Amino acid sequence: MSKTNSNPLVRWIDHRLPVFTFLDHELHEYPTPRNLNYWWNFGSLAGIVLVIMIVTGIMLAMQYTAHVDYAFESVERIMRDVNYGWLLRYIHMNGASFFFIVVYIHIFRGLYYGSYKAPRELLWILGVVILLVMMATAFMGYVLPWGQMSFWGAKVITNLFSAIPGIGESIVIWLWGGFTVDNPTLNRFFSLHYLLPFILVAIVVLHLVALHRFGSNNPLGIDAKGPQDKIPFHPYYTIKDAFGLGVFFLFFAWVVFFYPNFFGEPDNYIPANPLSTPAHIVPEWYFLPFYAILRSIPSKLGGVIAMFGAIAILFIVPWLDRSPVRSGKFRSWGFKILFWLLFVDCIILGVVGANPPEGSWLTVGRLATAWYFLHFLLFLPLLSVYEKPKPLPHSISEPVLKGGGSPAGALSQPMEKA
Amino acid sequence: MGSFFKGAVAALLATALFGPISLNSASAAEGVAIPEQHWSFSAPFGSFDNEARQRGLQVYREVCSACHSLDYIAFRNLEALGYSEEQVKALAAQYTIEDGPNDEGDMFERPGKPSDYFPSPFPNAKAAAAANGGAAPPDLSLIAKARPHGPDYIYALLTGYEEPPADFQLMEGLNYNAYFPGHQIAMAAPLSEGAVEFSDGTPATVDQMAHDVTTFLMWTAEPHLDASREMGIKVMLFLVVFCFMLYAVKRKIWHDIH
Repeated sequence: MSKTNSNPLVRWIDHRLPVFTFLDHELHEYPTPRNLNYWWNFGSLAGIVLVIMIVTGIMLAMQYTAHVDYAFESVERIMRDVNYGWLLRYIHMNGASFFFIVVYIHIFRGLYYGSYKAPRELLWILGVVILLVMMATAFMGYVLPWGQMSFWGAKVITNLFSAIPGIGESIVIWLWGGFTVDNPTLNRFFSLHYLLPFILVAIVVLHLVALHRFGSNNPLGIDAKGPQDKIPFHPYYTIKDAFGLGVFFLFFAWVVFFYPNFFGEPDNYIPANPLSTPAHIVPEWYFLPFYAILRSIPSKLGGVIAMFGAIAILFIVPWLDRSPVRSGKFRSWGFKILFWLLFVDCIILGVVGANPPEGSWLTVGRLATAWYFLHFLLFLPLLSVYEKPKPLPHSISEPVLKGGGSPAGALSQPMEKA
Repeated sequence: MGSFFKGAVAALLATALFGPISLNSASAAEGVAIPEQHWSFSAPFGSFDNEARQRGLQVYREVCSACHSLDYIAFRNLEALGYSEEQVKALAAQYTIEDGPNDEGDMFERPGKPSDYFPSPFPNAKAAAAANGGAAPPDLSLIAKARPHGPDYIYALLTGYEEPPADFQLMEGLNYNAYFPGHQIAMAAPLSEGAVEFSDGTPATVDQMAHDVTTFLMWTAEPHLDASREMGIKVMLFLVVFCFMLYAVKRKIWHDIH
């Protein structure tokens, strides 16, 4: 397209710096499986939420003061006196929650359709790195308003590093920049909270490079056999993603405008007070499953290892699942049950994480933690060896075109109409 | 796809069973159910009741402000309650504000201006604590967002003073409140029948005053609530129409693929 572009300036630039060719190649012609369902929207959604977070974050940083004496007040000033400051702040604050919702759906989609399998292992691993960096960014961002939960959350989480034998205490003091969570801690968290999103962008670019190497996986999990299996990204998926984005914005706007504190903790509207510990220190909801895992192990070091292990285990999922079949659609009912049990298990872990680690909550938390690790380390590997998958279709277009009557797709019907 | 969708629905149902617990866990642990009240702003499209807010301001000024500061509210903000610039000026002028230092280096007192903030009843947190049995009364600007159940809790607290059960050991100097966590609260019952006289003739019952001051405090905590919801309605309407359009375009573009 660029070579034949009618605009001579475009041709002149493209000849010397082929950006137009590049964009045309990666965003326009880019061949994409024709059968992607709406679960494939969440990748581009996550990218857009990241952009929203960066834009609102930069604007908030223009008004925010990273100092223990002024941080809380400066956030309130943004909420009250800055023009549309309340809007910026609520978009940013809820944007974090929606970022995690979108990314968690994106991850579960990958788990169901086997998007982590060869040749997309590095694509998946980069995704897990994105999740980790996102978590660090979100954690530090939550500290910035310097409310009670900001302070005590920071204290609890940084204190985890003291579990490292021998050097733990020194590491914690080094992280804090002092002998407790204080002004130096707040300052470095602000600095890193501003830095990490740009690192995130860089990793997302790598994630996309890896994606475009082999293209998207698809609901059938089989490789494209020829041009009839693929369609250009634009206009087919640009419009499909745009529609998904519109629906996403409906949910997002509903929370931002009508229930802006739905995901928040009331305690964070109390200024940080190092002398008064809140009755229940809970992290933001998106950390709750990991928090539950942390607290379900009786030893502190063991808890920390289990918590980080819960994410680290995702790195090796491509090698734990030995089934050659990607899509859960063609795998045994055992796989489907396991998949949904894992999903429910994560929800249960989240509920446990929100409650005090006592009595039956502790028992439930321990069972759920055990299930989480057993799923990945035992059930998934065993199942993938012993299960008998269903026969795979010969090509992507075969079932699409042989749909009997309504060719469009028996495949994506339920979501298409939703 | 079909099974994935069905599974998602099943899992979301499971989530719905557990979800409410997770988001209100802290308050559930306290053990006292906070009765839900009807507020003009409860429903998603609700807005502040202006008269209640004005009466609530009066309750704050005549009762609460003896002990509680309202740090984030300036007199100029009161124009949002429906007062004119002149009324706000007159109201601000009733307060004495410490300003300075002047050219001689001395602090001095002057009448309040609209740009001033509500003065604190105590010079600092230590003085506030010393005058109140060791615990400083919390600032009220954000209180309606800083407690689980927000406005419902404040109303419950203000109307929850009662005789302690016979077997309850009440500590010296504390008061029994049905809704305060632990039931022992340093603040004595702040509202009593007729504590203020409303200029609009509304009878100043404890319920009425508690209701009005809670409405006022919800406004101090979320001053842009009305603006947010007005904009929200427009945004939602736009998005609904926009989504239909995008869906129609999507159908058209994909027509030849299906």
